[in-house]
Amino acid sequence: MTDTTTTDLAAPDAGLPGGWQMVIGLEVHCELSTATKLFCGCPNQFGSEPNTNVCPVCLGLPGSLPVANDAAVTYAMRLGRALHCEVKPSVFARKNYFYPDQPKDYQISQFDQPTNIEGWLELPDGIRIGIERAHIEEDTGKTSHVGGGGRIHEAGYSLVDYNRAGVPLVEIVGKADLRTPEQARQYVAELRSIILAIEVSDAKMEEGSMRVDANVSVRKADEPYGTRCEIKNLNSLRSLVRALDYEARRQIELLEDGERVIQQTRHWDEADGRTHTLRSKEEADDYRYFAEPDLVPLDPSAETLAAIDASIPTLPADRRQALATAAGVTPVEAAMAVERGLDDLALAAIEAGANPARVMTHVEHNLAADEAVRLDAANFAGLVTMETSGELTATQAKQVLAEMVETGGEPGAIAAARGFEAMETGALESLVDEAIAADPEAWAKFCAGDAKVTGAFVGYVMKATKGQADGKAVTELLRRRAAG
Amino acid sequence: MSDPISRDDVAHVADLARLRLTDDELDHFTEQLAAVLEHARDVEALDVADVAPTAHPFELSNITRPDEVRPSLDRDEVLGQAPSTEAGQFRVPPVLGEAP
Ligand SMILES: [Zn+2]
Repeated sequence: MTDTTTTDLAAPDAGLPGGWQMVIGLEVHCELSTATKLFCGCPNQFGSEPNTNVCPVCLGLPGSLPVANDAAVTYAMRLGRALHCEVKPSVFARKNYFYPDQPKDYQISQFDQPTNIEGWLELPDGIRIGIERAHIEEDTGKTSHVGGGGRIHEAGYSLVDYNRAGVPLVEIVGKADLRTPEQARQYVAELRSIILAIEVSDAKMEEGSMRVDANVSVRKADEPYGTRCEIKNLNSLRSLVRALDYEARRQIELLEDGERVIQQTRHWDEADGRTHTLRSKEEADDYRYFAEPDLVPLDPSAETLAAIDASIPTLPADRRQALATAAGVTPVEAAMAVERGLDDLALAAIEAGANPARVMTHVEHNLAADEAVRLDAANFAGLVTMETSGELTATQAKQVLAEMVETGGEPGAIAAARGFEAMETGALESLVDEAIAADPEAWAKFCAGDAKVTGAFVGYVMKATKGQADGKAVTELLRRRAAG
Repeated sequence: MSDPISRDDVAHVADLARLRLTDDELDHFTEQLAAVLEHARDVEALDVADVAPTAHPFELSNITRPDEVRPSLDRDEVLGQAPSTEAGQFRVPPVLGEAP
């Protein structure tokens, strides 16, 4: 996940004024990466020419009948199980509404009998966030608005592309357990990691294959929940954090001015950093759900569920725990390595005897997510051992590592080819003596306990060795000389 | 189902279905729907305490198809059925408000 935020809002304090608390629940739609749509054989493909992946079923033409996609059903159940949900016998339902993004004038979804219920997801710090349900539904077509500057409420007319209509989705409805924008960010990041680990979606927020809607309200501590607003159009983790913070402050301002919060859907505008209400008809949701008569219930057997459970790999929370235990760090400290998929490499290197702290430093600072592929764990362990034994300085090790990633080479050979040899202690000592002789004034200060001048001597030695000396060894020699 | 359907109920359902009904039509349909509901009440009178609820008249479940691509329709043929099109897309009146 390249999307990072510098927010310093730590759970559970959202940094709000006047004792206000934020209550957040997220609804995440995730497009399943099946070959075909949920109820027809049209390709499930992003970026095709408009209206080229359509057929009588997904266009809602009379006489057409939907048949559920086996892979979509399996993926949805796998996601449910990965979220510790109970997979229940389930029924598809029609959600009736009039809007041109659904040519049938209803969306096939699930209502009172969803596939997955009552699960949870664990944040890196161990807090569990409840999942109410994760149900299967079909995606809608894409409408775009032409005229009036392209803004929806000024549109001259709308254009509709049904390529996305019928693409399989799972909607994951989280409980209102989140208390800060940072927790919300972690929840979405964790959900994304799980989805990627079980390979049911590419979960790209920017491309819309993972879409987040946020319900947010504010209250004073220990008071009942306030009126919530739903925020849409959150296209990145950064947008999510900014929008939640803005919306909570907007609601607090209203309440402190003696006004009230009106329950409504608001759209986040990334450019102006605010949420806006859309002009919409004042009409309560009334979707007149009823069981979809064209589809039969899903009722997975115990064998089917066992096979699904067996297909789930070790999940990020367990991987964090495994690395944390091996490296002697906390699961939060192990999170970055797991998020970047570098934990297997780190574990193998530690297993091979490499110093855990040095391994974690390289994994966190000197390797990118896609760079582990060319790196052999034994070679990586070898490099770390060369570093800890003093054969290579930290700077040299970093350079050798970069070349190992580049060429897949072996650390000893690369270090030799670069002329990186551990400097003889004798050679280093004479350079240190040279440095002392070159600046007697600074040396007097150093001997008087002024550590600030250390840099002058280290700098001298580094310059003379073109940066190849071990700074720590130089400092140690200086101390020994000063001690007499 | 114990209360007869009211004229307001019918007006609300008509509104949801985007049907514009005259006052006479509202009276007419209220009467007709009441008769339909009255008929359903005959079913309600049956003792079904021992019958498990079903979502479907057939005792079937897990009917699925393999995840294999089938040919889609020709776009010109599809768009040829629409009253108005533009740039390979269906052209519709301006959409106000948000998708539900
Ligand atoms: Zn289709």
